[in-house]
Amino acid sequence: MTEPCLRVSDLHVMYDLGSSGFARRKRLHAVNGASFEIAPGETMGLVGESGSGKSTIGLSIMRLIEPWSGKVTLGGTDVTGVSRKDVRTLRRRMQMVFQDPYSSLNPSMTVSQLLEEPLIIHRDLPKAERMKMIGEMLESVGLHAGYAVRYPHEFSGGQRQRIAIARAMILHPELVVLDEPVSALDVSTQSQILNLLKAIQAKSGTAFLLVAHDLAVVRLMSPNVAVMYLGEIVEAGPSGRVYDAPAHPYSAALISAIPFPDPERQRNATRIILRGDLPSPLNPPSGCRFRTRCPFAMAICATEAPPSVPVEGGGTAACHLHAHGPKLGGHSILPFIAQKMGAA
Amino acid sequence: MNNAQPLLDIKGLTVQFPSPSGWLTVVDNVSFSVGRNDIVCVVGESGSGKSVTTQAAVGLVQPKGGRVTAGSVMFDGQELIGASNRTLNRIRGDAIGFIFQEPMSSLNPAYTVGEQIAEVVRRHRGASRADAWKQAVAALDRVHIASAATRAHAYPHQFSGGMRQRVMIAMAIACKPKLLIADEPTTALDVTIQARILEVLKELQQELGMSVLFITHDLGVVADIARSVVVMYGAQVVEFAPSDQLFAAPRHPYTAGLLEAMPQVALERGHDPIAIPGTVAQAHAWPKGCRFNPRCVHRQDGPCTTQPIELIADGQGLVRCALAGELRLGLERRA
Repeated sequence: MTEPCLRVSDLHVMYDLGSSGFARRKRLHAVNGASFEIAPGETMGLVGESGSGKSTIGLSIMRLIEPWSGKVTLGGTDVTGVSRKDVRTLRRRMQMVFQDPYSSLNPSMTVSQLLEEPLIIHRDLPKAERMKMIGEMLESVGLHAGYAVRYPHEFSGGQRQRIAIARAMILHPELVVLDEPVSALDVSTQSQILNLLKAIQAKSGTAFLLVAHDLAVVRLMSPNVAVMYLGEIVEAGPSGRVYDAPAHPYSAALISAIPFPDPERQRNATRIILRGDLPSPLNPPSGCRFRTRCPFAMAICATEAPPSVPVEGGGTAACHLHAHGPKLGGHSILPFIAQKMGAA
Repeated sequence: MNNAQPLLDIKGLTVQFPSPSGWLTVVDNVSFSVGRNDIVCVVGESGSGKSVTTQAAVGLVQPKGGRVTAGSVMFDGQELIGASNRTLNRIRGDAIGFIFQEPMSSLNPAYTVGEQIAEVVRRHRGASRADAWKQAVAALDRVHIASAATRAHAYPHQFSGGMRQRVMIAMAIACKPKLLIADEPTTALDVTIQARILEVLKELQQELGMSVLFITHDLGVVADIARSVVVMYGAQVVEFAPSDQLFAAPRHPYTAGLLEAMPQVALERGHDPIAIPGTVAQAHAWPKGCRFNPRCVHRQDGPCTTQPIELIADGQGLVRCALAGELRLGLERRA
């Protein structure tokens, strides 16, 4: 097997919340042992609710947040082991696009300066060469080369996100972390950006880690997906398998909650409505973290953390239902849910 | 009460806001109505005028520097445009309840949620403290806050985002309004929480026999909740139709374009989403003729580009498209 573009092994991230008074020093375990790989030129989607730790994973891969433990390698190079100074050279190979194009671009720099900055830092090129690259990059994200002299405020949200993508892509990185790249955009421009990202990837062979809460966007963009809940990956695998035959009750609930633009279908849809609320990550439930909201929780779920089991059709799921109770044995959870909901 | 009359009837509403280059028309001759026991969704993108329309209807644009230059808003037999602040203050929060996108900024962090809901009941209903508190707890219970009597003593920061939004709904329905205006109430929330909120809203609408005016940009949410849909683009209503008709056979190319651009629809049909080209029209530079024409794949020079387009009847709804008689937009979607 060829070396994956990105390999994340047993990543843990803690946020130190400090101590107050006599209280014990508090740490928030934001990511609890995440492992996954992305092949070169591929996209993996990372979905989950806010507070699930999906953005934290993206940031710690970039070393914008220091991981607590675990290992991240980029094309075989250790990212977690290098000094902070050497991270900078690594950033030439991995870049990030943020959610809000209004706050992620320096308003006092022209588009040309914004795109030139990474070239100046990482590449030793004559000015004329840099300008040629900037012109070409702008064209490839669908912006007129003449826009190079303008400032970010002169552009709409969608155009700004094109600039942010151009800035991330100009060094031909191996990996780009896309953190909610379209969620701040208008509906009609969202799909422009999604199609642009696909086209750019097809040409450049850059791998994407797509962090998003919009499940339809993730499925559209990513052949593989990982579902996060309270700092843990609860299910992962090929998108088609995870969406059509989820093996974890949380993935099933998430997917059933995507509203489809067809009133008749919405009326007849069986939705798994989750009761209760996301528990505090400061004090996660014992055993399986999802058990407090799981409609199918059993006694064992409170005592033991569920192991990851292989799922038919690819990927894994961490849920006791596969070895206990109905003993799903790595199959889709949907028939079990239909039976339960039919009985109720 | 005359039940034949709509609960809320907006006619020719026009709203302007000041800009460095003079007054800009951000809501242009907007008309639609909300029946009794009805759920109407207003869809549109940023700058379409969807939020300003509803704010203007209840007298909330003047404090922000805007002005209503024309139109009428009849609510339950009463004209709201030009009504005194006293009248509007009496109606807002009582017969008309509100929920907004960001629940944290609409709740006072210094008071318990029970106190804040009880305050609304006391002000509008003149209820005693004890009675108002009871009604506040009942309202929290209605939105499925577990152990409402205890949680009423909690402060907003002690609730999660989804629960805060349910607290906001509890506050909005505490006085049993006839109309609930919900402005992007689920936009900042995750899908599972969103599904829950939509379920609660539909349930309350039935229980209380109220009407809901729901503003959103998400057509998936619209399909879930709406009976009728108002589509806005460039400060105008471009389509107003029963939900089933709108989704099965959209009459306006913008509506059809929004549907085609949705990832859910593209996935179903096994191809990339069909993006609407260009960017959203801006109030300082409305295109001549149809405001959507620079982005429209069906555009015809002449009919679409010279004269302003009128809203005309089509099917069971209204559409603002010069080619409305010729285009068959929904058909390829259904095939």
